[in-house]
Amino acid sequence: MDKGMLGAISTVLMAIAFAGVCWWAFAPKRRKRFDDAANLPFADEGDDVTNNDDNEVDETDSSTDDVARRD
Amino acid sequence: MSSNLVAAGDHPVYDYKVVRQFAIMTIVWGIVGMGVGVLIAAQLVWPQLNDIFQPYTHFGRLRPLHTNAVIFAFGGCALFGTSYYVVQRTCQAKLWGGWLVPFTFWGWQLVIVLAAITLPLGYTTTKEYAELEWPIDILIAIVWVSYALVFFGTIVKRKTSHIYVANWFYGGFILTVAVLHIVNSAAIPISWMKSYSAYAGAADAMVQWWYGHNAVGFFLTAGFLGMMYYFVPKQADRPVYSYQLSIVHFWALISIYIWAGAHHLHYSALPDWAQSLGMVMSLILLAPSWGGMINGIMTLSGAWHKLRTDPTLRFLVVSLSFYGMSTFEGPMMSIKTVNALSHNTDWTIGHVHAGALGWVAMISIGAIYHLLPILFGRKEMYSVKWINIHFWLATIGTVLYIASMWVNGIMQGLMWRAFNDDGTLTYSFVEAVQASYPGYFVRFLGGVFFLSGMVLMAYNAYRTAQTPDSVDAKADAKPQTV
Repeated sequence: MDKGMLGAISTVLMAIAFAGVCWWAFAPKRRKRFDDAANLPFADEGDDVTNNDDNEVDETDSSTDDVARRD
Repeated sequence: MSSNLVAAGDHPVYDYKVVRQFAIMTIVWGIVGMGVGVLIAAQLVWPQLNDIFQPYTHFGRLRPLHTNAVIFAFGGCALFGTSYYVVQRTCQAKLWGGWLVPFTFWGWQLVIVLAAITLPLGYTTTKEYAELEWPIDILIAIVWVSYALVFFGTIVKRKTSHIYVANWFYGGFILTVAVLHIVNSAAIPISWMKSYSAYAGAADAMVQWWYGHNAVGFFLTAGFLGMMYYFVPKQADRPVYSYQLSIVHFWALISIYIWAGAHHLHYSALPDWAQSLGMVMSLILLAPSWGGMINGIMTLSGAWHKLRTDPTLRFLVVSLSFYGMSTFEGPMMSIKTVNALSHNTDWTIGHVHAGALGWVAMISIGAIYHLLPILFGRKEMYSVKWINIHFWLATIGTVLYIASMWVNGIMQGLMWRAFNDDGTLTYSFVEAVQASYPGYFVRFLGGVFFLSGMVLMAYNAYRTAQTPDSVDAKADAKPQTV
């Protein structure tokens, strides 16, 4: 097999792989799953603001919804 | 600043200490690296500045110090810090690795300090962006493998079922940089600070630019795209425009970038077909690059008004515009006939800085402004107004820089290729240097603008860390908008 043939085959394989990725990503049945995934950065909100360093918060407080911190 | 871990509700305890350390060092190394950049820009305008302390302050020795400091110290710390933050938040898991976590921080700082010592002393492998000698290369490899263990270890213990796209980009960047660094740094040592590359001739050049361009593609692009996919949605307070597009973006970008390096070796001893392959792959690269840019910018659709009031978001979005601009310019410059004009001219330097200042630095600065209040337990930065001033200093600096280098580059390219009717050169080389002087001064000015923005950022960060806190933790969990 010469270099030209190898190039042609790999081009076709890459095109198929690309089409495959597009199909996998855009298939309607996976839409819901990806919409959920897109919201992952917001899934743990409530952690954005932390208490002042000076406020010593007992570790057991972390079971509440408040933001607590410890050393 | 004694508290290093943050717990919240049913979420795990996060390790913020290492994130805070990297965030601070991002600013510190940013000022150092850009400061050296301004110095060497000044040396090109006033050559006597080379003589401050010869031979250590010679342009040839400081230039690799500048590139290493801004790419690996400033950019590297930004990537380490944000990836450690993002992987914890999106996996809802504390960093895995125990002592490996502080080891990656201190190990990386040691690498930077060693670079800052050895490069001015003249120790260099002469491989661009891989100048450090072999003992430091081994240290880099060890730190980097530890980084990979921490990052992927955290992903393994995640509480979420899906791995968020930002982590895919960060992961791709970490894996690929490990491979690039280890392959390109393969060398035969002949003494403690001297080695010879394991490859020879054109093969060595090809390995070097396979590494060099993928340092751009994975270190300076994929890693920072990971940053983009977390911090742009977070700061805009809405999910990314199209998650499906981000998947196609990831696979297309990483599978095409790896082939583009040959465009650094146009019209060289590299086989012609390899040059053409590098050019074609570079042209195709425009598609995934712009796909990603559009995905990032369109995340703001319906929330454009936030740009009016939120300078942090402005940093993030303008960085994407510069990303789009430089990823259009790059493929264009990789076309062989265009490259015949642009090669070895200041146009290349301008192109690099459109990406480095406009994209890499601006998105890092935006991400750090997003992070600092969270890391120090404040509601927002000490002065949001100063963020806005910083934004304008950075934007004006970048525009001055790239515009002057466009003018210089095209002018140099045209002067070098100008012939008289009898076949002799119209201009001697030094005439092109002389004609470049005004551009060099404008470039220096642009650098001063950009650097002064970083100094303002450092002071703002210092005041944010020092200001007595008035924030009630329950009051506001939303990203800062003012």
